Amino acid sequence: MSDHDYQPSSKLGKWFNDRLPLLTLSNHLKEYPTPKNLNYWWTFGGILTFCLITQIVTGLTLAMHYIADSDLAFSSVEHIMRDVNYGWLIRYVHANGASMFFLAVYIHIFRSLYYGSYKSPREVIWIIGMIIYFLMMATAFMGYVLPWGQMSFWGATVITNLFSAIPFVGEGIVAWLWGGFAVDNPTLTRFYALHYLLPFLILGLVVLHIWALHVPGNNNPIGIDIKKPSKDTVPFHPYIVIKDGFALLMFMIVFAFFVFYSPNILGHADNYIEANPMVTPAHIVPEWYLLPFYAILRSVPDKLFGVIAMFAAIFVLVILPWLDTSKIRSAVFRPLYKQFYWILVIDVLILGYVGAMPAEGIYLLVARVATAYYFIHFLIVLPILGYKEKTIPVPLSITEPVLGGSPNLGIIKNKESLN
Amino acid sequence: MSDKNPKRREFLFTATYAIGVVGVGAVAWPLIDQMNPDASVKALASTEVDVSSVEPGNTITVLWRGKPVFIRRRTQDEIAEAKAVKMEELKHPEKDEDRAKDPEWLVMLGICTHLGCVPLNDKGDYNGWFCPCHGSHYDTSGRIRKGPAPTNMEVPKYEFVNANTIIIG
Repeated sequence: MSDHDYQPSSKLGKWFNDRLPLLTLSNHLKEYPTPKNLNYWWTFGGILTFCLITQIVTGLTLAMHYIADSDLAFSSVEHIMRDVNYGWLIRYVHANGASMFFLAVYIHIFRSLYYGSYKSPREVIWIIGMIIYFLMMATAFMGYVLPWGQMSFWGATVITNLFSAIPFVGEGIVAWLWGGFAVDNPTLTRFYALHYLLPFLILGLVVLHIWALHVPGNNNPIGIDIKKPSKDTVPFHPYIVIKDGFALLMFMIVFAFFVFYSPNILGHADNYIEANPMVTPAHIVPEWYLLPFYAILRSVPDKLFGVIAMFAAIFVLVILPWLDTSKIRSAVFRPLYKQFYWILVIDVLILGYVGAMPAEGIYLLVARVATAYYFIHFLIVLPILGYKEKTIPVPLSITEPVLGGSPNLGIIKNKESLN
Repeated sequence: MSDKNPKRREFLFTATYAIGVVGVGAVAWPLIDQMNPDASVKALASTEVDVSSVEPGNTITVLWRGKPVFIRRRTQDEIAEAKAVKMEELKHPEKDEDRAKDPEWLVMLGICTHLGCVPLNDKGDYNGWFCPCHGSHYDTSGRIRKGPAPTNMEVPKYEFVNANTIIIG
């Protein structure tokens, strides 16, 4: 069913749709042809939309009680926790919601890496996604500053000081970011303004992300181009809606577990101490979702190059569609890539672990090896692998392996050899 | 649009773009500059400290422009240790005499030059300061000896108004 053919059934609907084709849009979303073999790793797009809306709604309600002032911020957060009706619930959902958001986005990104969803013709979807990811990190970082606890204050100090590594203009940029000579009230008020703004930029980018997705359509677990609509597709509603809905319920169980049973496990006790510019906590660590980048920053002994390496770690992801030279998308048909993929997953987990540990001794050594491997994976392994790897022949359609009895690669291979 | 003199039209386009860029810049600058330290922040430029109660071997920490400043009354051992260091051993070579005008008093920003944490007193491998964040060690003159920090802890502008009072800034 093509979008252009759509006609609302009611006369009023037709009148309205001729003037603003919203009903055509909703029909497009409903009928949108989706590969019929999408697995549960594909449900995280919907889960992420839920996370963003949760953060915006809880954030908006918290903003009705929070006071962005260095003298009042800390006690206003305690006021939310103790006095405001359900304030504890809204704040815990918001704080843990950030972690859930990152959990979902990491699964979403690693799903893309496994199934090659970033490759042509989906490069723009991928790049928009990376911009969203970067804005999420900025938003989360600024949000963590707002309670004005010790971790808020010193996290803000360390991260803003990263910019002082820039030659000549660094100190000026840092003073500009702070609005003073140290992190202080002007820093808090501007972080609050930006923390409020960025989620709406993310929302706009999510619309572009989905729009760009709907041009080529979804990638799928076997990573082949499919005809749409065809035997290989199902309409978004009800097939994907119900699957996404089920996955979302499962995800909400995990979310609720954190909110109701261990709401502070992902935070730091030091943040329940009010910010004190005279004393740095003994052990500063960022939130768990930033740890791999923090490990990369600390693994380089030079301040400027540490900062460059950290930003480069994000930038290599942006240019990934051009670093991966393989024409085959899905790791299912790339036996070597599949192994390197899992090594990368372990590498990133190791970086996350050493990022939480003190930067000395064995941890520092491990961080250096893991950082080196991270860049080797993207800059050396992926470009070479595209030329050297002997891939498994891909099926011509989704239906072919399905009718052949599950993803039975033996059958596909036999067919290829017959040809 | 006449094609009689295309150069004239090109000139008009270029001039329009140029004025447009200047206009956008003029509008953007106040919006950017409002984030720089404001007049009230800059007005807090100096702090007066009474140091009469500081015993040798002790450090007091005072807040100046929102930043901690260490004022340490050094012992003779510490002074001797700081002066004995050879310049070649230093990552950021500075003589102790240049850092402490009166060798008994060391006044410096209590901020690690790596990423801005506050180092701890009487810690580290050089009997000076140790930064808990990323492991920088400073000596008894506040000079970086080991770790990721690029430079020595900064000595702010200060002077003794009288024997017991320092004015910082």
